[in-house]
Amino acid sequence: MLEFDAWKKLGDVIVGGRFTAGSGVTALFGPSGAGKTSILNMVAGLLKPDRGRIVADGTLLFGPGVDLPPEARGIGYVFQDALLFPHLGVEANLRYGERRSRGRPPLIGFDATVALLGLEALLTRWPATLSGGEAKRVAIGRALLTAPRILLMDEPLASLDAPRRAEIIAAILRIRDEVRLPILHVSHDRDEVDRLADAVIAIDGRAATG
Amino acid sequence: MRLSAVEWAILGLSLKVGIVAVLLCLPVAFALAWLLARRRFPGRMLLDALVHLPLVLPPVVTGWLLLILLGRNGAVGALLYDWFGITLVFRWTGAAVAAAVMALPLMVRAIRLSIEAVDRRLEGAARSLGAGRWDAFVSVTLPLCRPGVIAALVLGFARSIGEFGATITFASNIPGETQTLPLAIYAALQSPGGDAMVTRLSILSILVSLAALLASEWIARRGRHARV
Repeated sequence: MLEFDAWKKLGDVIVGGRFTAGSGVTALFGPSGAGKTSILNMVAGLLKPDRGRIVADGTLLFGPGVDLPPEARGIGYVFQDALLFPHLGVEANLRYGERRSRGRPPLIGFDATVALLGLEALLTRWPATLSGGEAKRVAIGRALLTAPRILLMDEPLASLDAPRRAEIIAAILRIRDEVRLPILHVSHDRDEVDRLADAVIAIDGRAATG
Repeated sequence: MRLSAVEWAILGLSLKVGIVAVLLCLPVAFALAWLLARRRFPGRMLLDALVHLPLVLPPVVTGWLLLILLGRNGAVGALLYDWFGITLVFRWTGAAVAAAVMALPLMVRAIRLSIEAVDRRLEGAARSLGAGRWDAFVSVTLPLCRPGVIAALVLGFARSIGEFGATITFASNIPGETQTLPLAIYAALQSPGGDAMVTRLSILSILVSLAALLASEWIARRGRHARV
């Protein structure tokens, strides 16, 4: 379970929110520029809030005097652009996180992850040769293999065609139902939220005051 | 083309000076490139200008500055001698230092461009996957900078092998100690009947530079193949 209550001033707006994400898929829903990605970055430890508290499964990630570095948070993050390592093959990309899971027991093994996401035929490929949907699936696998407490997904269906979207949606639902990993998912698409989310949290950037 | 023992020695010394200069320069160049590419601090523009100075100064002036700084009575040179017994002037190590200073701007430029080309979000991704700062640097940033580092090594080596002005000013032109290829060519040009030697040494220079370029191309190509 993720308890989030953190805020940061970025330019003229204050981004942040106050919500709890439990099991299942929780959607952060709001217009572009509302700071949804910033919230994910704050959870992952890539963006430092000005104030607030972030707690995951009872562990204080951020709070007064506490700011765990990203590598110590146990948060899986699937970026909007997949961000696979271009100098590593697909299998090495997947193993990158697996090797750095810091003693957390695997959620499901390597082979099960590959099977779950249908990555068998991609293992020997290089990221530059993958389509958008394939890269997204590899990125999901890479994050899963770190055995995170929660999976963050930034616009997982953006810039994919309908068949690719269906594949990713199926993968997300299997992660929810078979791996039982809580998912915090960011979207600006009402339809996507309706199909995926068990809970919806509305996010809109607040104008900074004072 | 038959080389005399003296000419082989000149080639050997040039390679030694070039390789040592580049290895000496690489960590400094990488650190400077990193600072200039990633950090914002007061005096950054000044540091940038200082790094580039050897590129635009007459090399003789760079050699003279080295003499003042690193000579036996120089501010740093005196300390080097007192503490470590190191003398650079009139030694092949001095020639390597002079070549390293001349190679520095080129190496910093090449490495800096490659650091700036690294997508920093990849480092964030590495961190979120459990890599510490240093781990992310070694496993992601450094391999992605590899083409720039290779380019820097080749450029720096070629620059070092060709260094003349700063070397002759700082380390002097001593056969067998500091007389690298360009200095030997210059000396042969001054001596009557040195034409044949000038020709042979010039051909050697061309071959060495060509070999360095081909080697870098080969290494870069191998890196690309691994990616597609």
